[in-house]
Amino acid sequence: MAAPLTLLLVVAVTVRAALYRSSLADLISERVEVVSPLTAWKRVVEGLALLDLGVSPYSGDVFHETPLIIYLFHFLVDYAEITFMLADVITAVALYMAVTDYNKQVFRKQKFALEADLYPLDCLELIRSPKEMYYIPLKVAMFYLLNPFTILSCVAKSTCGLNNAVIALFILTTIKGNVLLSAIFLSLATYQSIYPLTLCAPALLYFMQRKYIPVNFRRASFWWFIAQYAFMYLGSLFVIVGLSFFLLGSWDYLPSVYGFILSVPDLTPNIGLFWYFFAEMFEHFRLFFLCVFQINVFFYTIPLSIKLKEHPVFLIFMQLAVISIFKSYPTVGDLALYMSFLPVWSHLHRFLRNIFLVSCVLLACSALFPVLWHLWIYAGSANSNFYYAITLLFNVAQILLVSDYFYAFLRREHHLTYGLYLKRKDGSEATLVLK
Amino acid sequence: MAAHRCSRSAVLLFLCALSLFIVADSQETASNGGQRDNNAVDSPQAATETAERAVEERRWEASEAEAAADRQDTSAAENELPASVPRPKDDFQEELVIRPLHSGDIYASFQFRTVWETDFMKGNKVSHYRLFPKSLGQVISKFSVRELHISFTQGYWRTMRWGQPYQPSPPGAELWVWFQDSVTDVDGTWKELTNVLSGIFCASLNFIDSTNTVQPSASFKPLGIGNVTDHRFLRYATLPREIVCTENLTPWKKLLPCGSKAGLAVLLKSEKLFHSTFHSQAVHIRPVCQDWECKTTSWELRQTLNVVFDLHTSAQGKREWSLFKMFSRTLTEACPLASSSKIYIDVTDNPQGDQFEVSPATPLLSQAVVLGDRRTFSVYDLTQQITFGTVRSLNLLIRWKSSEGDMLRPLLHAERYVAGYGLQTGEIHTLMYNNHPYRSFPVLLLDSVPWYLRLYIHTLTVTSKGKDNKPSYIHYQPSKDRVRPHLLEMLIQLPPNSVTEVTVQFERALLKWTEYTPDPNHGFYVGFPCKEESSYFVRVYTEPLLVNLPTPDFSMPYNVICLTCTVVAVGYGSLYNLLTRSFQIEEPSPGLAKRIANIIRKMRGVPPL
Repeated sequence: MAAPLTLLLVVAVTVRAALYRSSLADLISERVEVVSPLTAWKRVVEGLALLDLGVSPYSGDVFHETPLIIYLFHFLVDYAEITFMLADVITAVALYMAVTDYNKQVFRKQKFALEADLYPLDCLELIRSPKEMYYIPLKVAMFYLLNPFTILSCVAKSTCGLNNAVIALFILTTIKGNVLLSAIFLSLATYQSIYPLTLCAPALLYFMQRKYIPVNFRRASFWWFIAQYAFMYLGSLFVIVGLSFFLLGSWDYLPSVYGFILSVPDLTPNIGLFWYFFAEMFEHFRLFFLCVFQINVFFYTIPLSIKLKEHPVFLIFMQLAVISIFKSYPTVGDLALYMSFLPVWSHLHRFLRNIFLVSCVLLACSALFPVLWHLWIYAGSANSNFYYAITLLFNVAQILLVSDYFYAFLRREHHLTYGLYLKRKDGSEATLVLK
Repeated sequence: MAAHRCSRSAVLLFLCALSLFIVADSQETASNGGQRDNNAVDSPQAATETAERAVEERRWEASEAEAAADRQDTSAAENELPASVPRPKDDFQEELVIRPLHSGDIYASFQFRTVWETDFMKGNKVSHYRLFPKSLGQVISKFSVRELHISFTQGYWRTMRWGQPYQPSPPGAELWVWFQDSVTDVDGTWKELTNVLSGIFCASLNFIDSTNTVQPSASFKPLGIGNVTDHRFLRYATLPREIVCTENLTPWKKLLPCGSKAGLAVLLKSEKLFHSTFHSQAVHIRPVCQDWECKTTSWELRQTLNVVFDLHTSAQGKREWSLFKMFSRTLTEACPLASSSKIYIDVTDNPQGDQFEVSPATPLLSQAVVLGDRRTFSVYDLTQQITFGTVRSLNLLIRWKSSEGDMLRPLLHAERYVAGYGLQTGEIHTLMYNNHPYRSFPVLLLDSVPWYLRLYIHTLTVTSKGKDNKPSYIHYQPSKDRVRPHLLEMLIQLPPNSVTEVTVQFERALLKWTEYTPDPNHGFYVGFPCKEESSYFVRVYTEPLLVNLPTPDFSMPYNVICLTCTVVAVGYGSLYNLLTRSFQIEEPSPGLAKRIANIIRKMRGVPPL
């Protein structure tokens, strides 16, 4: 399995290196779909230039990276291309290893269930075979590395690639069962962009499942584990935040990074829902809608955790998708991370309802983004509504994609309990509906 | 040099006239203010000297002024007021300088100067006002102002056609104030002050807020006395969009002791002043020394008004100007309250009278170093009855004889433009020309860019003659969204005979729909950088930029709110659906007839079908 992965990495790095050398790199790094005010490489360079001028990079409103990023690139600015390629490679390898491990567990669990005769008899065609699962990790790595969105993001040197690497490492360490490293990577991811905070729920569920701790609010062991994890998470977060403070000697970065993420002052167009909404918002409703929109990311965590408490890895996927749809400055790099998980759920394909439509919409939107941007910004023959319409459609497609996968997952679980070919009372073939 | 030799006879003539003149008025002081600071000729002591000596003295003063660099104005103010004769505590002088321009246009510059020996800052309240306008005096004492400079300008000064102006001013409104160091809340005081000035001058100065105010660290040093240069007490703001019109002129005229009733101010008729290519009115308040020792300070109020009349629109193409043609008035008297009231005509370019002819001719000549350049002026003293002649009215007439003659190219010149296309990014180019053949000039560039053009300082390049020209001093303050603008100050050495290009890239922000101006597709005015050149202190403003920003559709906030909320609701709905419901087998629902029958059977108490 190592050889195809190596080949894949070589291909991915070659494609990126070739694009870095081409004239497209400058064009791509200006695209609003690929870079957001939070992740643009131009702004990282600006922050470094401000630091050289003796001005705090957080005194202005151009630089919004965390202090660790600025210090990372203080040393690596000349090797930025290699750093971003390396980040992609790390993400892909981490996802590859994580999915390999996860598949083993899935298979083991399935074996136990089969031995215990937990599945209805007609569900044999839902049982997963090692043969079809064999190539899934490689497909995941390929979906990440060769996804045009990832390639664009890497060529634009969007720091989103680094955030993805941190999240991928968090997923890897979680699936490997390393509580401490998982907490550290989760705190790093939170430190980078707040939203991954919601991933602590799947991590906790996963560890409890693995350590056979019952998810029961009346059990002391449940609370004890949560306390342990919270302690490690908050401790490392505290260390990172303190370190950032000592690197710059001021707390300026807190409002400039997290205040910027939460209060959305920069309305530069992107693929998300925030920019046009808040450009057109009535001023006295602004705060209210800001809260409503930001809550969306965190809002689904608890119900999803309850519904999916037996399936924390699917919960991670759902959470990543929700973050990518509802975050304030999304880029295509965020999409690429959760889309790389799609091969893991390839066994759900028979239950997907509108995957063809959704993929067509996503493809069409991706093609229309640059076209309508050009018409609005350069040609002047369209206006902002055109671009906005496409972002709306793109987000609807993402929502449909995610809810479709969620539906398919739930339905498969239902079939695994009640049998695949359900019958009505009168013996005719039944159709399943949500009630 | 040749020109100098030829004007020898004129200088001698002038000496005779001067002695006469001094008998008539020994109170004469060299009080031409900031414009012609080093005007040494009017000094009474110089009357007995030879012409050569006077010239030498002027040279000496000029070199001193160069050494003193940008403090020149202060030293000049010190030189101005010899305390030989006891005088009233306040003093008012008025003057008009007319400079015929090579293009055939004519430049008229009024200056009204009030000096008052008082102290607004001490505890005792100043309540008795004579010449000094009370409204401004109260502003000074209430807001603890140390210096105040405000200008309103309509039109852009074309340096390449007209040369350097006496008082440079940017298009729109400009306000800069030094506060006393006793002020604790400078920003609050500044806000109040702008609102008060907005009322005094009927201008939109109330639009000055933190987003267009900067604190320059090196430019805009105080022009009056006092060594406090802590820039925390300096505020500078411009409103490039401000439109100057009659309603700004009327309150400005009301500040004059004689109003527009007598003296030079009768010429200030708005219907003519605003029918011009360039119009600029300003008020400058600063503390100056009262005497040589500078033991006590006085407050100086200078009100200036500069106007350029266009040859083609105002003079119907005829190269002939008169006071009546320019202002539709002639002069009949000086302001009775003025201690000095003069008209100067710049005749430097007309040494032998072959360029233009001035009538009535005057025997009085004066020389002064203006902006590093020695100029010769014909002087008309309005306090002398003889000036008005037999008709009791003075109507100066300037008639061109030839349209030839080249203007010396101004030494320093700057221009600016936005490069790039589209509404996403752009690049600001500032070009600075140094036309001096062998001298290089240090230039301080001040650039204040609004926050919605996000500057990328790492893209800043300064090139002269194709080479990188590294600024020796850079002060950069990045912007904060909706709070403060970018401020860039640089000290650049301009090599001789070169063009220096400063470029910086920016990104255009999408604003909230309420933040756009009523005519958003007209574009946004971006202030102009100004350059200060220090050896004899010239301030050059470039033209303002007009930058287009991407706009949202202003007509559909409701639609956007509804549509985006719909998408969020689709997300919420589909997830809520899956989270709360469970899969169930669909039982076929009974037909309508059967359902109705069942309801009836239920009412009857019979078991359903």
